[in-house]
Amino acid sequence: MHIVVCIKQVPDSAHIRVHPVTNTIMRQGVPAIINPYDLFAIEAALRLKDRLGGHVTVMSMGPTQAEPALRKAISLGCDDAILVTDRVFAGADTLATSYVLASAIRTLGQERPVDLVFTGKQTIDGDTAQVGPGIARRLDMQLLTYVSRIVEVDPAKRSIVVERRAEGGVQVLQTALPALVTMLEGSNEVRFASTPDMFRAVRATVRHWDRNDAGIEDIKQVGLKGSPTIVSRVFGPTPRAEKARQVPFDPADPDSTAASLLEQLLADVPKVRKELEQRRSPS
Amino acid sequence: MTATPPAKPIKKRKIKLDEHLLAYRGVWVFIENERGHVHPVSWELMGQGRQLAEQLQVELCAVVMGAPGAELDALCESAFHYGADRCYRVASPVLRLYRNEPFTQALTGLVNAHKPEILLLGATALGRDLAGSVATTLKTGLTADCTELAIDPEDRCLLSTRPTFGGSLLCTIVTLNYRPQMATVRHRVMPMPEPQPERRGLIVDFDPGLVEDNVVTRLLEFLPDSQDNTPHLPYAEIVVSGGKGLGKAENFRLVWALADVLGAEVGATRAAIHAGWISADRQVGQTGKTVRPALYIAAGISGAIQHRVGMEASDCIIAINSDPNAPIFDFAHYGIVGDCVQVLPALTRAFARHLGKPVKEIA
Repeated sequence: MHIVVCIKQVPDSAHIRVHPVTNTIMRQGVPAIINPYDLFAIEAALRLKDRLGGHVTVMSMGPTQAEPALRKAISLGCDDAILVTDRVFAGADTLATSYVLASAIRTLGQERPVDLVFTGKQTIDGDTAQVGPGIARRLDMQLLTYVSRIVEVDPAKRSIVVERRAEGGVQVLQTALPALVTMLEGSNEVRFASTPDMFRAVRATVRHWDRNDAGIEDIKQVGLKGSPTIVSRVFGPTPRAEKARQVPFDPADPDSTAASLLEQLLADVPKVRKELEQRRSPS
Repeated sequence: MTATPPAKPIKKRKIKLDEHLLAYRGVWVFIENERGHVHPVSWELMGQGRQLAEQLQVELCAVVMGAPGAELDALCESAFHYGADRCYRVASPVLRLYRNEPFTQALTGLVNAHKPEILLLGATALGRDLAGSVATTLKTGLTADCTELAIDPEDRCLLSTRPTFGGSLLCTIVTLNYRPQMATVRHRVMPMPEPQPERRGLIVDFDPGLVEDNVVTRLLEFLPDSQDNTPHLPYAEIVVSGGKGLGKAENFRLVWALADVLGAEVGATRAAIHAGWISADRQVGQTGKTVRPALYIAAGISGAIQHRVGMEASDCIIAINSDPNAPIFDFAHYGIVGDCVQVLPALTRAFARHLGKPVKEIA
């Protein structure tokens, strides 16, 4: 089994601050992490390797600064890491990104045929969930999104059975390899790096692939040029015309704050008054 | 969320369409139906689609796909009631239940045959799975989870606004020289339009040419969710939500206690969920549920855009936060600057007394 896991290094959104005046992102000091959803993809791949044997390659498209994310993936147990990096990839939207990653996976497949590709369900910075389906379509792989459980993989029969989160329930789907699976959060418990793997990760070679190494055929489909969408503007939210009406709070007497708020709600907001009316216990 | 006019004029990118793309006309909405049940986001999108179509002076078209039969035909009628001028009916036994491959083939084929300029889908598990595949196959632009859609009157382009940078800012995205312009919108972001039962329209059949034997993926089983455990956040009239400002996981019980007295649903921010304080299906915000209750009580929530877009359609928002500068006070209706650990039990007592319910002391 050869499993490829596609990951992305993202800014830890918990640390992102917006400049209150200029409305620009303050990037300084924001730590970079592996997209948290991708950890579930890595874990799913490693569990399959534990069970069935095989080789796990972790891959990312990004600037050279993204290398630590790949090294971290090696420390968790991935065998091999490829950073697909080239200045022409900059400014890519999801369509251009899926083109680059699909090309690189196809090229990697010439070294060692790829049976499964795992990704997280989406990233926490873009939140689009579009790159996984894009890669699957470009490689003509079967697509399984929002997978909550890998039920069974049979390498001999070239088949995979998964549980997929759908509206109102779970689909149990069976399909043929090669397939691309996007993993749902909470689908497994992500392991800690072992000490030997941590040492291995430090010494491991992260291969850097440029456009030629990745086998990019059409340079017009990558980066900003290959992106059908552009961001025409970025802006902050509009505050409401009036700020929140403050209900004074005295730590020594929280009950009078609550009483005053309730009184105002009943007097000023008919919809809330109606909702509360319906909830009154018959006395 | 309405946008403030930019301080300085934006450098406008001229979008000139190739000759063959000028033929793309009309606004389409994909009607999501599974097991005889239309996802309400589809009708919400019809309401939005109607406005876009009128601005563009084009037809609003619904796309219904499924197994042939009375159920599918009834769906077309409903689409007319919700504002469609035309309904593309794609009937095939292969489309009885959702699978990515045949649905992608059918929708891609339909787009290539009838060429819409805008294609909208719900940002559901099905809609996002399908939209991502179709956009890649068509090699066109797709914008996920839009919170606002508008038309640029100068060049007819769709302006799709969505949160960006992990939900800390908003951005407007346009599609360049590619058609159709695709976007997904989450459930409850757009208001539900009133159906007009007298409305009629034109049904156009499309044969997707699908053969079951060519479809690789099989649906072995569908395990429905048990109804009692899933939160009913989208339609709750009162929601009490907690964020990281609660301080620690144990303090979430104060949120549950208030919700219990109010007969409310419990929600949470992404940060609270990532901290493991509450299950992921209670997340309110861009990557969680969108709610439109009469009353929304936000406890220890700072008010990041990613959360705001999921709850700002609430009629009345009460914010409790110890930081007087928290952004949530910019859009809440009532604010209490104080410690949730003190304020929440006081509110619970006040509401319990008002509603004639027993006051339980929470230790």
